[in-house]
Amino acid sequence: MSMRELAIAGAIALAGLPALAEDTPATDAPRAFAAAVVPLPDTGEPTPPSPVIAGGGEVGATPGLERDFGIGRPATEDEIAAIDIDVMPDGTGLMEGSGTYAAGEALFAERCAACHGEALEGVKATGGPRLIGGRDTLATEKPVKTVESYWPYASTLIDYVHRAMPMDAPGSLTADEVYAVSAFILGQAGILGKDVTLDAESFGKIVMPNAEGFVSDPRPGAY
Amino acid sequence: MSEENFPSDRYGPAERRMAEALVDLERRTLRAGEDAEACECREGMFPSLSRRGLLAGGVALGAAFAGNAVRADAPPGSVDYPVQPDPTREQGRMILDDGGYGSRSQFENEVRWRYPTDSLDSSWSMTPLASGQGIITPSGLHFERHHGGIPTIDPERHSLIVHGMVDRPLSLTVADLKRMPSVSRLHFIECSGNGLTEWVKPTLRTVQGTHGLTSTSEWTGVALSTVLREAGVQDGAAWILAEGSDAAVMTRSCPIDKAMDDAILAYAQNGEALRPEQGYPLRLLLPGFEGNTHIKWLRRLDVSDKPFMTREETSKYTDLMPDGKARIFTLDMDAKSVITFPSGAMKLPKPGFYEVSGLAWSGRGKVAKVEVSVDGGKTWTEAPLQEPVISKCHTRFRLPWVWDGTEAVLQSRCTDETGYLQPALKDLVAVRGTNSVYHLNAIQSWHVAPTGEVTNVHA
Ligand code: HEC
Repeated sequence: MSMRELAIAGAIALAGLPALAEDTPATDAPRAFAAAVVPLPDTGEPTPPSPVIAGGGEVGATPGLERDFGIGRPATEDEIAAIDIDVMPDGTGLMEGSGTYAAGEALFAERCAACHGEALEGVKATGGPRLIGGRDTLATEKPVKTVESYWPYASTLIDYVHRAMPMDAPGSLTADEVYAVSAFILGQAGILGKDVTLDAESFGKIVMPNAEGFVSDPRPGAY
Repeated sequence: MSEENFPSDRYGPAERRMAEALVDLERRTLRAGEDAEACECREGMFPSLSRRGLLAGGVALGAAFAGNAVRADAPPGSVDYPVQPDPTREQGRMILDDGGYGSRSQFENEVRWRYPTDSLDSSWSMTPLASGQGIITPSGLHFERHHGGIPTIDPERHSLIVHGMVDRPLSLTVADLKRMPSVSRLHFIECSGNGLTEWVKPTLRTVQGTHGLTSTSEWTGVALSTVLREAGVQDGAAWILAEGSDAAVMTRSCPIDKAMDDAILAYAQNGEALRPEQGYPLRLLLPGFEGNTHIKWLRRLDVSDKPFMTREETSKYTDLMPDGKARIFTLDMDAKSVITFPSGAMKLPKPGFYEVSGLAWSGRGKVAKVEVSVDGGKTWTEAPLQEPVISKCHTRFRLPWVWDGTEAVLQSRCTDETGYLQPALKDLVAVRGTNSVYHLNAIQSWHVAPTGEVTNVHA
């Protein structure tokens, strides 16, 4: 059977299969892909998409003005809380919970060391960067940029580990685990005492070695 | 069935006969498809093709048919059709033969190239600028930078939440956004890491490797200012966190002035939905800002009075100066240009006429002027700009050149409408040293040897 025949069959059969194409899954079942385009009954032209109005449209009701299109719906507090995970330098957004260096040490060995090394030195084959060391190298020929030597805020460590690590199971750490593994990294870096329990309160006392290491953009007007 | 599907007022008798035969053929094909599915080797070839997919109609069928013709050695995105000895003496292939979406010629083979990062999940691929024409990058060749792979997202299950310092926290679906007033604009996106291998010595050999982290598309979506006005930004708001729903849950802070100026919540690229690797179903577009800030797979905008100091804007995308201090929030992409033809690893076959051609762009506005040198910067000639010249968009320049067969060093330099002139590398290095990684926008030099070989040099 030639390609040409098959293609004609495909194109023409499409016109003959409206019932199948309309067989859309129940709205709540996850979809694997878009349904086939439904041909219009008379002409067989593909049905163009119509606008979808999903929410109740409770926000405003004055279409056509620069604001208040009445489009979308209010985000609920629960919806926001479910994804509002950012942690800011002043501690805004810190999760409830706490963690110790000792707990972090065990967790790091189990969940992080394969990619970042037992001694936090990085593992090139995995792309997992070195996490500590490198102080006093930033102005040299070979700067070593790590959490210890370069990162200006401890909030960034907590935020990043919480959202994106471990790389093979991002978002899987509990708040306590994030605090623990952060306490371990900061402890190894000599930034946080190994006996300090990391939580929202002790966080406020952390001073990162390179906190003053950043300047604003002088461009335009300079290279 | 035949009268119903192929009514006589529309189809002649011959067409109806053919159509009936084909419906029969199609039925047999579906059966064959089921058999084929049972075979493991074929399953691997069409990972997403299930029996349901086949039955779902023409689109999947088309894919299956195109699949029959895919050979390992046919270039990606093309179908390996038999080449006709004389296309004037037999009919060409059927309309919609590839399922109704289209594919490129099997004789075209340019592809993105992945920079060999250690991590496959956090990696980048580069646009083949050497073969590009005009100013638009085909969507399938737009450069990529991902920190956690490419997520597969059903737009019906995706929404954007706008919250923080706003009067009315909003949840918007992609369908909601499509009902709002829209804008379409042509803009480049350039990763500020473009050229990071080239600070100390010429390293990569082609323009794809040295400059391939810039691409231009027409982006369509809703002006971010429209959505922010809808949500009601409160006094004192100064920054917005944009967050993606990929495995990196990528985040960057954007100044509110930029958000209210020309930022776009883009759902379309080059006339169709965004490509998955470009952020489907929704990405932020911050024209002229470094690529990393154009958050893909956008799920959340959090309005605040302070920047969030995320990993990408502190640990990465900060520019380390020789004194050990690093510049932070170096968001604008300065003016830059590069000759794409002739360029590295090409060979000019013999002396004679060539049209030198390249791209120029600036994150601060329009390109005002491009000059080309063929003698390593001793003398410069203004190169005509191809219309349209658009703000924060690739601009094509061209200059006729007769190569006399002797050694030449080709360079281009761009001046943007702010009067900024693209610097020589030594001028950049004098200020920034060689450890700042990002924002290398220096003049690129291509050496043409008497043999015609073109190489990447620092001149
Ligand atoms: C499967 C490998 C893998 C595992 C397991 C892993 N990481 Fe990572 N990690 C990476 C990679 C790769 C990057 C760089 C990502 C990028 O650049 O986008 C990274 C980046 C980081 C960074 C940022 C470093 C920098 O300088 O920017 C931190 C901090 C980090 N990981 C902490 C952790 C912690 C804590 C764990 C355990 C809970 C962990 N990682 C587990 C692979 C891994």
